[in-house]
Amino acid sequence: MIDLLIVGSGGAGLSAALRAKELGARVVVVGKHYPTEAQTSMAQGGINAAIDPEDSVAQHIADTLASAHGLADREVVELVCQEAPEAIEWLDRIGTPFDREGERLAQRRLGGAKAPRACYAQDYTGLKILHTLYDNALKMGVEFVDEHFLLNIILHEGRAVGATFLDIRTTQVRQILARSVLLATGGYAKIYGKYSTNGFGSYGEGLAAAMRAGAKLSDLEFIQFHPTALAQSSILISEAARGAGGKLINSQQERFCDELATRDLLARAIYEELEKGLEVFLDITHLGEEFIEKNLPQERKLAILYEGVDPVCKPVPIKPAAHYTMGGIDVDRDLQTSIEGLYAVGECSNAKLHGANRLGGNSLLEVVVLGKRAAQKALDGGMEPQESEYERTRMDRQFIHTLFGLPNKIDFMERREFLSKIMYRNCGVVREEAGLKGVLSVIRQHQRELAFMGIKDRSQLYNSELVQFLEYGNLLELSEAVLVGAIQRKESRGAHFRKDFPNTDDRNYLAHTLFWKEDGVLCADFLPIKDNQIK
Amino acid sequence: MKIKVRRFHPRFDPPSIDMEYEVPDGLVLLEALDLIKSQRDRSLTYRSMCRSGVCGSCAVRVNGKEVLACEYKVQHGDYVEPLSVVDVIRDLVTDKSKALTTLARAKAYPLDMAQVQMSEEDIKLIERQSDCILCTSCYSSCPVYEEKPAFLGPFALTRVYRYVADKREQAKKEHIDEVIEDGIWDCTLCGNCTEVCPQGIDPKNDILMLQSWAAKFGHFNPNMSSFGSFGLEF
Repeated sequence: MIDLLIVGSGGAGLSAALRAKELGARVVVVGKHYPTEAQTSMAQGGINAAIDPEDSVAQHIADTLASAHGLADREVVELVCQEAPEAIEWLDRIGTPFDREGERLAQRRLGGAKAPRACYAQDYTGLKILHTLYDNALKMGVEFVDEHFLLNIILHEGRAVGATFLDIRTTQVRQILARSVLLATGGYAKIYGKYSTNGFGSYGEGLAAAMRAGAKLSDLEFIQFHPTALAQSSILISEAARGAGGKLINSQQERFCDELATRDLLARAIYEELEKGLEVFLDITHLGEEFIEKNLPQERKLAILYEGVDPVCKPVPIKPAAHYTMGGIDVDRDLQTSIEGLYAVGECSNAKLHGANRLGGNSLLEVVVLGKRAAQKALDGGMEPQESEYERTRMDRQFIHTLFGLPNKIDFMERREFLSKIMYRNCGVVREEAGLKGVLSVIRQHQRELAFMGIKDRSQLYNSELVQFLEYGNLLELSEAVLVGAIQRKESRGAHFRKDFPNTDDRNYLAHTLFWKEDGVLCADFLPIKDNQIK
Repeated sequence: MKIKVRRFHPRFDPPSIDMEYEVPDGLVLLEALDLIKSQRDRSLTYRSMCRSGVCGSCAVRVNGKEVLACEYKVQHGDYVEPLSVVDVIRDLVTDKSKALTTLARAKAYPLDMAQVQMSEEDIKLIERQSDCILCTSCYSSCPVYEEKPAFLGPFALTRVYRYVADKREQAKKEHIDEVIEDGIWDCTLCGNCTEVCPQGIDPKNDILMLQSWAAKFGHFNPNMSSFGSFGLEF
């Protein structure tokens, strides 16, 4: 029997897998792509740890709490920030090639940090951490199951005993049982489609599956918009560009903000300029070709390719784009969800580290520190499941079969594109009640029409349209919850900005938004935060 | 402009055909494929994830040369095919799993890392090699891998060299011992892998470096010993 089933092979899943192996467990990592084709590979800026002599763990904690605007759990923040230097040491010990300055680890200052705190490897920090974790996973004999798409969590007497997957290559449904299940499936920022910096994949199937299984989700309305994505393609220009002195200017050549402010403030400032009908540019020309080639080679290549602009010579046109989802599957300090035997870690979870707004460099830190912790806690709470084919598996097999029979009268890809546009316009950087309610009614309409959609590709062999259709279903389920959260929270806090309620209202909304499903119907409520958790 | 895509489905008759599609000017190949799939032909099958050259999922061949679809600007008349040598599953989707197994076979992972002070220069030595995204382009271009499926292949050997060259790694000899059989001496140093690597990695040079490390540990190039039987002195 598998001790720990990990869904997702990014930084969180692999950190958990390594820890589980250290503890002698049998661990299987299931992913919808190949292992290193994960969103973690796209993280550029760095991973935070207070190791600079000018910095301190206390300052790291204070910066993280300030950015969280009351929605972080102080204990979690303290735990993660305290373990950060050890996490860097561990990553270094297992081979991560962090950049050095002279003989010490190089660190750069990212927005919202009072000191240079992010360790990095050029603009490939996530990529190099991910591949180092993968190398070590191969060394430790972690088993991988590739190109399997998560469908549902299997429950038995209220406990998670495994999950069902679609084998993408064969379109067969299979179940994998384990003593504990850990979701590390990543965030859902790609519900904003081409208005997101994320890769094709961040559609939140882990969250949707957990919600269908009855788990609670929280704070889904808190979605970070990265201020500097390329204007056409939404490809990310790392915060490192601003950290190094990049300037933001509008088409009238004016600077209009402090470039090192937190991402929420900057995204809003840029969005306002765009709303005025101006263009906004990131100007790094003064940094010089040598610096840009050394520190931002990826960004340079992509700006030339996708925007036709060489940032060495000209300012690059940018816009804010959905980048990171702070909300997720609600977990306690042991990363356990509200379902026994089901754990979640990384961007798919809400461990209350980032609160209402994440600091750059804190998410790579989260996946390593909490990934390892999640594995340990999940193994502690393991229990042998009964080996048999579960009803869930039969239902999911029938469900996939049914999808092939849908009439396909309405094109889901057109719907998906339309939805991403109105989500960005109405539930993006700036929100307002009327627009939010409008989008919600569109989503409910789309949900009713799902049975009239379907797929054109009838092949059972590597049917990527089928996978996209499943992702679209999850996207609808999650977008609905995001909107309900954004409508209910009649205040502004961190990344959630309501034009009609521009102030923070601690009296009514110093609370986590909780989401869950009852008989298939979405429910939401606030859970007030006790004072001692934030002070 | 028009591009041609080689389609493949093992159950179709014939399994392989070339199809031509009209696409607008100025697109990156992945954007063109997305456009074809969403608007013209839902059955067109390919992989993609990050669209920014770091996940390694979208490698294909254009006009016979390996490229990442997300980093290649479409030209009129381009002919898009799946990677070569590796097995094709459907259309542009290939089976990467065999190439990936070379990593474990070559023990392309840290064996015995010590805590050693590293300098900027020490990191420089492994910076390029650790840029690898495992896109499999190098295997597609490798004439040795084509002839001899047991060959460890470019990205596995580059990754072994990445650890050999890592100042923290203590088990350099063990690394070398792992890449003698079906490894460094099988490479013909043709340089195709270096030519096609989207990350600018030079596996050919990394293999040469491994060969010189091997000589240091007393391994001989078996191809050279046959010259020895001619009694030639070098």
